[in-house]
Amino acid sequence: MASPMAPPTAAGSRFSVAGGLARLLARFGAAHKKYGVEWWILIAGAVVILFAIFMASFPATLARYDPLDQEAGPQMAAPSRAHPMGTDNLSRDVLSRMIHGSRTILGVAFAAAILSSLIGIPLGLLSGFAGGPLDRVLSLIMDSIYSFPGLILAIAFAAMLGPGVVNITLSVAVIYIPTYFRLVRGQTLSIKEELYVEAARAIGAPRRTILGRYIFPNVIATVVVVFSLNIADAIMTEAALSYIGLGLPAGIPDWGMDLSMGKKFLPSGVWWMITFPGAMISLLALGFTMLGEGLSEILNPRLLEK
Amino acid sequence: MKNLLRYALTRILLTIPMLWILLTLVFVVLRIMPGDPVSAMLGGHAPERVIEQKKEELGLNRPILAQYLDYLGDLARLDLGNSMIYNQKVSQPLLEKLPATLELTMVGMAFTMLIGIPLGAYAASRRRTGRDFGIRLFGNVAYCIPVFWMGLMLQLVFGIWLDLLPIAGRTGPRVFVKDFQNTGFYLLDTLLAGQWASFADVALHLLLPSLTLGIVLSGIFIRLTRANMLDTLKADYVLAARARGIPERRVVYGHALKNAFIPVLTMLGLQFAALLAGAILTETTFSWPGMGRLLLERIYLRDYPTIQGVIVVFAFFVSLVSLAVDLIYALIDPRVRY
Repeated sequence: MASPMAPPTAAGSRFSVAGGLARLLARFGAAHKKYGVEWWILIAGAVVILFAIFMASFPATLARYDPLDQEAGPQMAAPSRAHPMGTDNLSRDVLSRMIHGSRTILGVAFAAAILSSLIGIPLGLLSGFAGGPLDRVLSLIMDSIYSFPGLILAIAFAAMLGPGVVNITLSVAVIYIPTYFRLVRGQTLSIKEELYVEAARAIGAPRRTILGRYIFPNVIATVVVVFSLNIADAIMTEAALSYIGLGLPAGIPDWGMDLSMGKKFLPSGVWWMITFPGAMISLLALGFTMLGEGLSEILNPRLLEK
Repeated sequence: MKNLLRYALTRILLTIPMLWILLTLVFVVLRIMPGDPVSAMLGGHAPERVIEQKKEELGLNRPILAQYLDYLGDLARLDLGNSMIYNQKVSQPLLEKLPATLELTMVGMAFTMLIGIPLGAYAASRRRTGRDFGIRLFGNVAYCIPVFWMGLMLQLVFGIWLDLLPIAGRTGPRVFVKDFQNTGFYLLDTLLAGQWASFADVALHLLLPSLTLGIVLSGIFIRLTRANMLDTLKADYVLAARARGIPERRVVYGHALKNAFIPVLTMLGLQFAALLAGAILTETTFSWPGMGRLLLERIYLRDYPTIQGVIVVFAFFVSLVSLAVDLIYALIDPRVRY
């Protein structure tokens, strides 16, 4: 970790941009040496994700056509210069739909993961810290949901709520609450027994301080890893729901929906309508999985043992 | 043995609250959300009086708590109730569709093991080589491919481009299900009836959907088998076996793999829920007449009892498999008994 570029107490470089940048670069190189392959997995994942975020941020600039434009080109044309990913059955440009669709799937997956962590983490902290009957009841409920196939629950929720971006986000979020709950509860149980928590208690720290200042910061490192893996999962669940036809109204470009549309024309050999949306979903899920695995190796080498 | 029996009983008793919680959740969700079976059935154009009368008939006007208690009472007597849309008991479509889903799930599971375990073991025995890296990459990518896309791509390649395999349904047009129908598991039925041509047809229809499930889920097994094999290959008895001059192939696939198998078994239980979810998506892709399509169809109709019935059956199978895995585990490894 030690690097000639980063003197430990250089007051001058603390505020200089160049110094900070140099330190970052040095760390980058050192990290590669320290973590090996895992570091490159992390970087590859991050590149994929950044690319997707870039697409989602400037869809109108990047895409040549409007994703809903039904006169973008000929109907169901194979990939060509004008339409690198072809056109669909409504003469819309597939590439433009892919670019705009990134916004939907990323937004839903991020929002769902944030929502379920916002509910799951505090409940897990509370349950693990308080113990007793509250812990038992909460654990039983969460374990029951966790053991059941999540997608089926999400289907039930999505079907009842009806199509819409908010509704699909809620349906996806519900099934991941137990993931965070179980993780955080387990961590809290073991951290609770640590000596420094006992010390805090001994000097009379209130329960809120113990939970917020002593336990929470130690739990959060593993949450970061799971958060990334969770988004990968949420991406696939969102795609699955809209593939089944439960997700979104027709006006919103979405990869899963494009896939289900392409399915209808598969028998006539229209390969581009299914190949590209599916590849995008897989690539994005792979990106978040790689980021999560890389992070887990770096933040906590014992979490996922090779 | 007595301990094992007590452990089994405790585990069985513990599945009851789990089932109850899931059912309650679904029951409440179904009823607080918009839409009801009568409006779904009559299309919203019926006069108010007719709607009210129909609701009265189905007991939808009673307090939710009363409906809930009735439902639990029926369930305790193993009665899943009657459909609110069709004139049938809920158990009827369930029994009809369940074999289709189970057949798909079981063959899919078999493919998962057949692909995942040997590849994982092979990768471990060739650690840090190009092949090891390739297999690991395949496993990680397979895990991130949505099962429905895998299905579509296999359909495209083997069904359309190569025109080798059927891409929809359980049987072809020249096979008459009535000729052999018995248990609902068509592979078994055609064998029992001795109809080889039909057996071949059924097997061909099953191949792509089950292979889809198998490939996607094999990723996690490759990873797990490899990790466990790496551990067992370091064990003393492996060294001893090698020292005695036993061929490397037998050391890896005979001695080590057997011992690496226990955690894989646990994962099998954990992955069963994923397999069921995958089966539902695969059913949609391959027009497979199973539980998944039943669930989707009845969700649109708001047929509460049938939806609940599907959930009960799924929850039952998930608990059953996890129980079976725990018991086998306890039988193999005496240390896990509580």
